[in-house]
Amino acid sequence: MSPMARTAPVPAATDPAIIRNFCIIAHIDHGKSTLADRMLQYTGVVSKRDMKAQYLDRMDIERERGITIKSQAVRMPWELDGNSYALNMIDTPGHVDFTYEVSRSLAACEGAVLLVDAAQGIEAQTLANLYLAMENNLTIIPVLNKIDLPAAQPEKYAAELANLIGGDPEDVLKVSGKTGVGVEALLDKIVRDLPAPVGDPNAPARAMIFDSVYDTYRGVVTYVRVVDGMLHPRERIQMMSTRATHELLEIGVSSPEPTPSKGLGVGEVGYLITGVKDVRQSKVGDTVTNLAKPASESLSGYADAKPMVFSGLYPLDGTDYPVLRDALEKLMLNDAALVYEPETSAALGFGFRVGFLGLLHLEITRERLEREYNLDLISTAPNVEYEVTLEDKKVIHVTNPSEYPTGKISEVREPMVSATILAPNEFVGSIMELCQSRRGQMRGMDYLSEDRVELRYWIPLAEIVFDFFDLLKSKTRGYASLDWKADGEQVADLVKVDILLQGEQVDAFSAITHRDKAYAYGVMMTGKLRELIPRQQFEVPIQAAIGSRIIARESIRAIRKDVLAKCYGGDITRKRKLLEKQKEGKKRMKMVGRVEVPQEAFIAALTTDESKDKAKK
Amino acid sequence: MPSVLPLGDPAPADGILPPQVLAGVEHRKFGLYVHIPFCAVRCGYCDFNTYTATELGGGASQDAYAATAVTELDFASLALDASGLPRRPLSTVFFGGGTPTLLPAEDLAGILKAAIGHWGLEPGAEVSTEANPDSVTPESLKILADAGFTRVSFGMQSAVPHVLKVLDRTHTPSRVPLVVQWAREAGLAVSLDLIYGTPGESMADWQLSLETALSYQPDHISAYALIVEDGTKLAAQIRRGEVPGIDDDDHASKYELADRLISEAGLNWYEVSNWSRTPDQACRHNLAYWRGDDWWGIGPGAHSHVGGVRWWNVKHPTAYASRLGNASSPAAGRETLDAETREVERIMLEARLGTGLSVDALGAIGRHAMAGLIADQLVDPVQAFKGRLVLTLKGRLLADAVVRRILPD
Ligand SMILES: Nc1nc2c(ncn2[C@@H]2O[C@H](COP(=O)(O)OP(=O)(O)O)[C@@H](O)[C@H]2O)c(=O)[nH]1
Ligand SMILES: C[S@@+](CC[C@H](N)C(=O)[O-])C[C@H]1O[C@@H](n2cnc3c(N)ncnc32)[C@H](O)[C@@H]1O
Ligand code: SF4
Ligand SMILES: [Mg+2]
Repeated sequence: MSPMARTAPVPAATDPAIIRNFCIIAHIDHGKSTLADRMLQYTGVVSKRDMKAQYLDRMDIERERGITIKSQAVRMPWELDGNSYALNMIDTPGHVDFTYEVSRSLAACEGAVLLVDAAQGIEAQTLANLYLAMENNLTIIPVLNKIDLPAAQPEKYAAELANLIGGDPEDVLKVSGKTGVGVEALLDKIVRDLPAPVGDPNAPARAMIFDSVYDTYRGVVTYVRVVDGMLHPRERIQMMSTRATHELLEIGVSSPEPTPSKGLGVGEVGYLITGVKDVRQSKVGDTVTNLAKPASESLSGYADAKPMVFSGLYPLDGTDYPVLRDALEKLMLNDAALVYEPETSAALGFGFRVGFLGLLHLEITRERLEREYNLDLISTAPNVEYEVTLEDKKVIHVTNPSEYPTGKISEVREPMVSATILAPNEFVGSIMELCQSRRGQMRGMDYLSEDRVELRYWIPLAEIVFDFFDLLKSKTRGYASLDWKADGEQVADLVKVDILLQGEQVDAFSAITHRDKAYAYGVMMTGKLRELIPRQQFEVPIQAAIGSRIIARESIRAIRKDVLAKCYGGDITRKRKLLEKQKEGKKRMKMVGRVEVPQEAFIAALTTDESKDKAKK
Repeated sequence: MPSVLPLGDPAPADGILPPQVLAGVEHRKFGLYVHIPFCAVRCGYCDFNTYTATELGGGASQDAYAATAVTELDFASLALDASGLPRRPLSTVFFGGGTPTLLPAEDLAGILKAAIGHWGLEPGAEVSTEANPDSVTPESLKILADAGFTRVSFGMQSAVPHVLKVLDRTHTPSRVPLVVQWAREAGLAVSLDLIYGTPGESMADWQLSLETALSYQPDHISAYALIVEDGTKLAAQIRRGEVPGIDDDDHASKYELADRLISEAGLNWYEVSNWSRTPDQACRHNLAYWRGDDWWGIGPGAHSHVGGVRWWNVKHPTAYASRLGNASSPAAGRETLDAETREVERIMLEARLGTGLSVDALGAIGRHAMAGLIADQLVDPVQAFKGRLVLTLKGRLLADAVVRRILPD
């Protein structure tokens, strides 16, 4: 077993031969953050006393939800056979919404620890991430985690892993991030098996940006992996895609607190600070070079993240609009995947149409806005982007149902995804049923092992992005896992369903659905609203309509009594306080025509069951 | 008095009022409320500040109560004088509870006598007491009348045994005509309190209660919707599903029936829950509350109001007695209303009255709301043309909503 390194290699003066850059890829909850904690502890960069669980998951929300959103790179010393090494560990997110960020971090590594829960086995996201790692030619170290669990089946899953990536089940390492068993052996194996980075120390500097984080105190902190040459403090650097130049105010490594260094050389991973305030000026995927001695060719970058899901975000209190605008601006500094533009809703007032990578990204963004900026928000029903071609051949991209054209439409195209579902074979029937009901087309099916299958579908994004995963889980008693990626588009028979309160259209409740599902949506939404909107002083009809055709209707009976008809004697104060409370309640109402709709009703009506469950987690 | 006290500012120990109460005093009547915080049993729906003898550890505090109340009368007289207010004869006196008639009639008479000693009575003053049907006798009513009481309000609640049972009432329906008769013979005006919407009460039950009450030809009727107050036994029973819950639509239908039958019997509404045979027979004491007059409330938990200053006494009879024993004000808190709040209260209270309120005296928002209120049939159009906001039957049932519509946010 290796000891903790006695002397740590110094940044900017480290031979690439003793550097190992790796990441840990895993399905969510398989224990990546916990394993990273153990590594920090065993390599001595965080003392046991300072260790908090999931040390690297810094944001509050990450801690609460137990998931990793922003990747982090940490430099750790390790000693093997008397030699000191520098290990750069990049912690990556595990959720499908953040695949983009996973791919960024992967490209900065030579190897990946493929971590699989020994009680769960391979899941869809394990496969998705593994696929990305192989595309990046990373060396894979298969590891089974949580072997301390009584339910662990290390033999079974070692065979599954070996079967998947080739090799001997005996070579699969067995560890417990919780107890620390096997972690030192894993660190040794990382040193032994992973290739050292290669690059030309004398060539013009080229470093790849794999993350960009906005920090209130220090501006944008850019994480880079140096490929060729060397970067030094105080020199002028250039972003090769934008040609923007900056002065390097600080350069260093995280271990795990930021530690300034004399520079970063070939193969090293660290951070840059230039004083820029917007992550978009320091774009992920871009190449950093030295202005005085620029490289001629940039490193192959990454594709920009493409928003998949759109939702309107509105402040409950209209006067908070400027706060929301500033908050989004700030969040954007830190989240290159976030896009937004202002929009107005007759029902909700001024807000923004925001594009997200997925529902989790939406939920997390909303939660951060609410928590960090003290906002109360309504988010409208999320939808995907449609391409509508009018009869005059004009093409419109619709991300907000209320912008769906009313004129003559010749064709509507919707985004499609390739979905991979892994599950025990007993559930194949119900999964197929579900996918069919969601307009999916089967593209293939394979046996992973004797009792586990992989199903592949081509399916509309709009059909899987909201409640599909929950349904899948409930139909498979939680055993199925899902992964998907964007894959083209198709022409579909889509319509816009409007919801009318007392004859007034409520734009926030409009939805674009497949024609076959319009009726179900109308019935669901009118029913929901009937329950959620309190009775008014007059009767309120609620209708669902496609164009001018009513497809569903409900009505809220008029309230008949709203008076305190009791003997309250001389206690006028109590009566007045009651009135004040009622008036406060009235303030939290949004007026739709003459109908007072409580904020809660908007939220509840617009909350998909899926996001409700997420919020509970 | 409802049993939860408001939060307010501290009240001074000497009870002295700020000089602002002097403004306009010549236009305000002066009344007295006397709270008697005792009941034989606690009804399951009731959250008034009242206690059974068992809860108070014996009858001692009841025996001593009249003397303690008289101590507060003395205190009130001193504090009002010291605040520079002129001595005004009492326009109304109201003994409420609890069950005032649980005390010997002589005690109530003694308290009234002490009050008259301090301030005197206006000619034609109204002096009322609440009473439970099973806590009066011909003799006790006679004593009260002789002492100067003019009016008695009986807690009849219902004429239907199974409804009375759910309400935990101890009297039998047949007792009510007797006590009404005795009160008449003693020369007292009679009011009956009814409650509608009790769990299990049918529309026919309610109609029977109304018809029965009206057959006794009372001078006045109060009909209250049963409110399920937090912390009461009734609230727990409903929560546990032992009795059905309350339905607002049922309340509305029962109110409409009450208004129809009571009006047909020749009484007129003058406040959302109150009807009187003639305008003179309206409860002037309650009207004083709603019109912002001055009154001093005697007793634990009692509320007072003088010229825009409201205060309320400590709740528990023991704490109350000990404050007075130390020659200190029994007030637990007070609030001094600013002009805007007084205006809000005026609108909130006067909107509920048959006389309504002046449209001109409403703010811009209120005046603007009038057309909509007429369109929604909540206010009487004819009255509106005459410049008054008077609620229609539908408007009375939605009175709180109307008030919210005429007040600024
Ligand atoms: N029993 C056991 N639990 C573990 C182990 N590693 C992680 N966990 C638990 O698994 C859950 C998910 O771990 P986490 O590190 O947040 O997973 P991540 O989502 O992959 O980062 C947490 O409740 C951990 O405490 C392990 O080795 N043994
Ligand atoms: C102060 S109480 C006491 C009067 C007397 N102790 C009695 O019960 O007859 C006055 C009236 O308030 C009404 N009341 C009490 N609690 C009520 C409640 N929870 N809801 C509606 N009315 C109530 C009853 O009609 C009662 O007669
Ligand atoms: S008798 Fe009257 S005051 Fe006493 S508990 Fe019953 S309702 Fe309340
Ligand atoms: Mg994690």
